[in-house]
Amino acid sequence: MAVKTTDSFGRPLVAVTGMGLVTSLGQGKKDNWAALTSGRSGIHRITRFPTDHLAATIAGTVDFLPQSSQGASALTYALADLAAEEAIAESGFSVTDFGGPLFLAAPPVELDWHHRLRLFAQSDRERGWRSLLDAARDANERERFDECQFATIADRLSDKYGTRGMPITLSTACASGATAIQLGVEAIRRGECERALAIGSDGSATAEALIRFSLLSALTTQNEVPEKASKPFSKDRSGFVLAEGAAALVLEPLEAALARGADVLGIMLGCGEKADDFHRTRSKPDGSPAIGAVRAAIADAGISVEEVDYVNAHGTSTPENDKMEHLSLSTVFGERIRNIPVSSNKSMIGHTLSAAGAIEAVVSFLTMREGVIPPTINYEIPDPAIELDVVPNVKREADVKVVLSNSFGFGGQNTCLVMAREAR
Amino acid sequence: MSPNDVVITGIGIVSSLGLGADVHWQALTAPEPKPVVDSERFSPFTVHPLPEIDWSQQIPKRGDQRQMETWQRLGTYTAGLALQDAGIKEDEALCTSMDMIVAAGGGERDVDVDQAILDASLSREDHGILLNEKLTTELRPTLFLAQLSNLLAGNISIVHKVTGSSRTFMGEEGAGIAAIETAAARIRSGQSSHVLVGAAFQTEHPDMLLAYELGGYLQRDGWSSVWDRQGKQGGGVITGSGAAFLVLESREHAEKRGRKAYATISKIVSDRSRRREDSLRETLGQMLAKLDVSEPTLAISGASGAQMPTTVEKTVLEANENLAVRGFGSLTGHLKEAQFPFAVALAALAIHNGQSYPAFDAANERPLEQAPEAVVATAVGYSCFEGVGLITKA
Repeated sequence: MAVKTTDSFGRPLVAVTGMGLVTSLGQGKKDNWAALTSGRSGIHRITRFPTDHLAATIAGTVDFLPQSSQGASALTYALADLAAEEAIAESGFSVTDFGGPLFLAAPPVELDWHHRLRLFAQSDRERGWRSLLDAARDANERERFDECQFATIADRLSDKYGTRGMPITLSTACASGATAIQLGVEAIRRGECERALAIGSDGSATAEALIRFSLLSALTTQNEVPEKASKPFSKDRSGFVLAEGAAALVLEPLEAALARGADVLGIMLGCGEKADDFHRTRSKPDGSPAIGAVRAAIADAGISVEEVDYVNAHGTSTPENDKMEHLSLSTVFGERIRNIPVSSNKSMIGHTLSAAGAIEAVVSFLTMREGVIPPTINYEIPDPAIELDVVPNVKREADVKVVLSNSFGFGGQNTCLVMAREAR
Repeated sequence: MSPNDVVITGIGIVSSLGLGADVHWQALTAPEPKPVVDSERFSPFTVHPLPEIDWSQQIPKRGDQRQMETWQRLGTYTAGLALQDAGIKEDEALCTSMDMIVAAGGGERDVDVDQAILDASLSREDHGILLNEKLTTELRPTLFLAQLSNLLAGNISIVHKVTGSSRTFMGEEGAGIAAIETAAARIRSGQSSHVLVGAAFQTEHPDMLLAYELGGYLQRDGWSSVWDRQGKQGGGVITGSGAAFLVLESREHAEKRGRKAYATISKIVSDRSRRREDSLRETLGQMLAKLDVSEPTLAISGASGAQMPTTVEKTVLEANENLAVRGFGSLTGHLKEAQFPFAVALAALAIHNGQSYPAFDAANERPLEQAPEAVVATAVGYSCFEGVGLITKA
């Protein structure tokens, strides 16, 4: 029997044919998968900048690249670049003439403090911001201008990989990576393109970023043992750990992938979203937006709730998220949620913000292909209010056909993805 | 005509010229439209400042207003104008099912805190520690939220209850182009029934000027028309504060709720040309050709004033003898992410009113008497990315 290449709504099924991954655990899917399945943490003490006066002194920064010390814009580009290269190479498409659109989830950019201080020192220093503006103009450093343009990273990636048309850079906070994938899926379903490159990248763990999130009480201050600090669903979790990383996915209609004999890594079956109108940093107490996003993704996938085998949780390790994610999952899945494995990659790699949704999508596909669920590590004191099978501390072999991956953003942007091992 | 045609049923625009679509139509069809400029506050730069705005007209809760700085207030306010204009505001069912795409830059940093750090840095070597010291003690948590790009959309959800979906595109003019292009594509394909789309830009802040001036883009010797910036000091861009939000719907969705549309978005074409004169000229020419303009009409140009791209755009538009160009940037300043949504809004108003705008700069723009049937809208990024659209009768 021929493989089905359209979904239950008659839309083209979207295949994933290439994936790339970089996190604090390493570069490439192979190293990351080995670390994730052995329950290793990438969280460490910050050495990139002084941590005096900081409440949080640990992070999942990517420190092993030449660009790691060159500012958020340079590192975000470098991470995206590495992930894209791995993904496109795996897909078999040209790495210089990819031929489809680019959707990039990336953090907002600003003039790095290092340069702000340097330019001011070069100025006449007497007229405040006017002096800074004069110095900026006199210095005439095109690289600084480019770093402060939100379009630059995607523009450069487009150049390098030969993506088509005007790239889209987006931010839906912690849901960004999932939104990038969703934009690619939608473009393919509209028949606009024969392939799309979706990337989530974030290299913005600067001192200021750390301070800002600390001021919102979002970060854990359990600095003593860095690798133990991210503990989603545990009673004593106290916030997330800021981290960096990137993931890229090559998406294409299943029919086209099969026709060119590509290795199909999985199917991006459905995407759902729902915004929250309750508060800037807190979610609606009844969980309705998260519930709505999960339900929308499952409905868009054209499957029933019973078909979900595993949930790749948003699992940030904040009390707020854990409570809300549990509420939404138990509402959607009912009693069955106790028997569905739900694990958080963030227990090991921290919260990679703009990249998280894409990274977790790649890990979800690896989970299905390898038949192994990465654990939620640091699960020593369960939160009794959260009755979930979090795949505690040790990986688990399992036959996973369908994954739900959640991304719940700061600022109320929630996006969920449903992925399948094979066309269905 | 198709049930999935993309029609514009709500327009919210704000600029130095005033508040709302009607005020802009009046100002821009006056015999000799005059710019509102401030050349003092940010001298040597000229800006088109925001008019006085009573935020509570669209953001009733003081608490909500306090959580935002001007950029987010401006966007939230203008989104409210568009929703009100479309008869969607406070219609819970329509708002909770409404999709949203916002094109955003960043919000305002705290100038005082930043300056204190810069000043202190001159007498200290340990800059890293200085940053930590000052930022941990002096940053206000709410200001971080006011800076976050995606929090404009977040505030629109909170204030206006638009919660179907929320996406924020980033990347200067290109973000505004992509926002409208994506919203229109989603409606056309049935992925969306109604979408709030738009952007805001608040230029009256040193960091907003800094982002341009790092590349030497700003004009430094006073105001001149967007077409008359060669030979002036600086790079040719004069910025403005402003915002544009549109309510886009499928024809079917608008008709079902009995709404008349201003106009239809027939086509949006975007691209990413190499920024050399010849390649930009070629790309823009090809993009324009795709709009297939066959009758005399207006081209509402979002030209930034940046010298090379603006000169190229003028050449390309004028090469089409059907097009009478109107560079609204002369009167509003460069609105960055909002530039393309603003161009589309002005194009829709001309269609809706069955009347052309007079020349905004009579020395550089030719008159057009005809009532336009199909109006071109453009935004050519001052640094990168290009978009054109064709707005037609509803």
